[in-house]
Amino acid sequence: MTDAPFETAASFAGLDAARAGRLRSFRIRDGLFRNLTLASALLVLAILGGVILALIIGSSLAFETFGFGFFVTESWNPVTEKFGALSPIYGTLVTSLIAMLIAVPVGLGIAIFLTELCPPVFRRPIGVAIELLAGIPSIIYGIWGLFVFAPMLQSTVQPFLIGTFGHVPVLSTLFAGPPYGIGILTAGLILAIMVLPFVTSISRDVFETVPVVLKEAAYGVGCTRWEVVRRIVIPYTRVGVVGGVMLGLGRALGETMAVTFVIGNAHRISGSVLAPGTTISASIANEFTEAVGDLYTSSLIALGLILFIITFFVLAIARLMLMRLESRAGA
Amino acid sequence: MSLMEPHAHSADHPLYRRRRRKSAIMMTLSLAAALFGIAWLVAILATLLFKGVGGLSLAAFTENTPPPGSEGGLLNAIVGSLIMTAIGVAIGTPVGILAGTYMAEYGKHNRLSTVVRFINDILLSAPSIVVGLFVYEVVVVKMGHFSGIAGALALAIIVVPVVVRTTEDMLNLVPHQLREAASALGLPRSTVIQRIAYKAAQAGIITGVLLAIARVSGETAPLLFTALNNQFWSSNLNAPMASLPVVIFQFALSPYTDWQQLAWTGALIVTFAVLALSIAARILAARSGK
Amino acid sequence: MTSTDMARTSAVPQSPSAPARPASSANAFVGAGNKEKISVRGLKFYYGDSLALKGVDLPIYERKVTAFIGPSGCGKSTLLRVLNRMYDLYPKQRAEGQALLDGVDILSPKLDLNLLRSRVGMVFQKPTPFPMSIYDNIAFGVRLYETISKSELDGRVEAALRRAALWNEVKDKLDASGLSLSGGQQQRLCIARSIAVRPEVILLDEPCSALDPISTAKIEELIDELKADYTIAIVTHNMQQASRTSEYTAFMYLGELIEFGETQQIFMSPHDRRTQDYITGRFG
Repeated sequence: MTDAPFETAASFAGLDAARAGRLRSFRIRDGLFRNLTLASALLVLAILGGVILALIIGSSLAFETFGFGFFVTESWNPVTEKFGALSPIYGTLVTSLIAMLIAVPVGLGIAIFLTELCPPVFRRPIGVAIELLAGIPSIIYGIWGLFVFAPMLQSTVQPFLIGTFGHVPVLSTLFAGPPYGIGILTAGLILAIMVLPFVTSISRDVFETVPVVLKEAAYGVGCTRWEVVRRIVIPYTRVGVVGGVMLGLGRALGETMAVTFVIGNAHRISGSVLAPGTTISASIANEFTEAVGDLYTSSLIALGLILFIITFFVLAIARLMLMRLESRAGA
Repeated sequence: MSLMEPHAHSADHPLYRRRRRKSAIMMTLSLAAALFGIAWLVAILATLLFKGVGGLSLAAFTENTPPPGSEGGLLNAIVGSLIMTAIGVAIGTPVGILAGTYMAEYGKHNRLSTVVRFINDILLSAPSIVVGLFVYEVVVVKMGHFSGIAGALALAIIVVPVVVRTTEDMLNLVPHQLREAASALGLPRSTVIQRIAYKAAQAGIITGVLLAIARVSGETAPLLFTALNNQFWSSNLNAPMASLPVVIFQFALSPYTDWQQLAWTGALIVTFAVLALSIAARILAARSGK
Repeated sequence: MTSTDMARTSAVPQSPSAPARPASSANAFVGAGNKEKISVRGLKFYYGDSLALKGVDLPIYERKVTAFIGPSGCGKSTLLRVLNRMYDLYPKQRAEGQALLDGVDILSPKLDLNLLRSRVGMVFQKPTPFPMSIYDNIAFGVRLYETISKSELDGRVEAALRRAALWNEVKDKLDASGLSLSGGQQQRLCIARSIAVRPEVILLDEPCSALDPISTAKIEELIDELKADYTIAIVTHNMQQASRTSEYTAFMYLGELIEFGETQQIFMSPHDRRTQDYITGRFG
């Protein structure tokens, strides 16, 4: 492989030995470097494969012991070693749902503000501020949530919700007291604040892919700003916006620290969003180092596997949608 | 805002008035959303300053974390964070740059690159606690104990996708004429990449690395059961190691006010370190964009 | 011009109405007496599935300037990019046929591309200085192939810059970035960079299309000087440039070589109707 081309090379007239030596070392270096980059690219795949494999192996004991029942059992009892994932799964889904219910409209609103309404002078500073918000570590949201946000909710919003909806059917269950401060709702709200920057910055980027001529044409026929947004910008970018929302959802589902502080870590499913609960990531963070016994550890790893699979699919859908928008923008 | 829109000749038409009103309402809502979003940023930073500055003394940087009920500092946690972040970045950066190089330079359109790009983008937002579980299974269980090196490896896994992404993006911005010109001199491909393409993409790649540092320096979840924590000064990578985020987590949830105060101080330090890194990265990116 | 005139025997292909492959038959007598540095035979080129060169035959004579003209998309740049295998950087491009450099097939998959490219240099449409100093732009390629002393290297850099008529403009700022030069200077820097690695053939792909008239004139002068030592192939949109700088001209159209001959003949008395239409500006 390395000798054959060299012969051809040498058949060029006037090839001196020094140059031939250089060429040979070039080929070796080229080959080495290429393989090094290839190996690194494969390593990225290996990381994913390794994560999945490690989680499957780690969780096998739990799945062997509990079978499918693991997914539908609410009980989580380290003493009797009866573990079920239902309440963390429920908590994960509900907190993320609350987060998205708030973050999506607000995030889109900010993105609309930034692309359509904001005076150009403020566009960059506000955009940067939002992106910086995305960079703040989640533990900061957690500590802030625990010491500032939860007490505030406990003394204002939660009593208000209990008082207002206490006699309305359905809602009275949803907002059943007492106001703990911490709980599912608080966790969902903190998550909303956390994913807001993601949703905002992706929506803004996506909105900016709308060709200016398209918007100008719409303004040209007398559309109001809102009509341009509603009829031109959003339809044009729908796929990308959904992708951005899914990306935010992926974050919310997997977020650990912000939630762990304020969720209350109770393995039960309550009809009330004011009650403490738990999420998958919070259970792992809270209990993993203290877990005694193989089955307990394995059950927590099983929770990790479930979380990873859920977020994997959510994120995969998000990426596919964003890729669709990109390929259209590129075309 | 929409009051200033043109077409005055139809301004009195009721339909047009309704459309304008609707637009004004929606635009006001979007303004409200922006104010709402910014209010949180301000609220969080203000609280951090308010609660954290009080504890920001020399002792915070020179004394180790104290036992419950006594005073101390965060020295061992800061040093632990620096060590693990440095090692994590030192391992993750080359891997990330090389993998990004493969996708941008060698396998630009092949299937492997498409798959790696897709997987990498997923890893970029994957829950970091799962990375902690992975390293626990692979390193901590095998070693038999928690260790600083396990924490550093967990951080490295988080660094990789960030660097892969920016490296690929930045190399793609290098004009291909530059590569052709270098190849036309008879330079081998690896030299073209290392000496020409990297040089042209330098600022962007450094930006990516800075962002990766910012990202991992606040990471808590992957350290919880890899590096664990350490009450005392330790630079031994083979032993549990303290880190700012984990100390914040532990101290904030404790019932002791001294510890809680230190948690706030730590939170302030972490936040400003992260913000400083992000802003530095941004300035660098903006400057190289010119 | 005199040596070419003497070498000239006849430049008449069989018949202008038989455009299929006039060039191959012309090879036998056009430019006889000159050494063929590069011989292109039956060259086809594909971008994916689309055929960009449909079987081209032509000689490129040693130490002469050969110009390639033709409307956009005719394949002239493609042909140039075959001669140093530049297309190899892109996965879906491939060539068939033969292109011999001193009798060795350029298209052979076994060929060492770095060697080929060090022998066949190329200058591009847009100036492409490397992101480094003027000195390093030139020394870079030299250092890679040769182990030479600092003073020797200085000499090589100076010689290359002098050769490219840039020395006097940059000798006091060799440490400045190559990007700080003007467009015309950058292009001459790129030519100097090519010369410094001592190629035998220089391919110029529309080297002046991004330059102002004064810079263009300087580059053309330079081409005239360089042909004493190098075999030069230039792709150009500018017919005056082709007639001013070259001894031989190839007119290409839709991936085919329509006519190849001495520049004077091509411009004064083209054999093919399409050549005539093109040079008189009736299409393109």
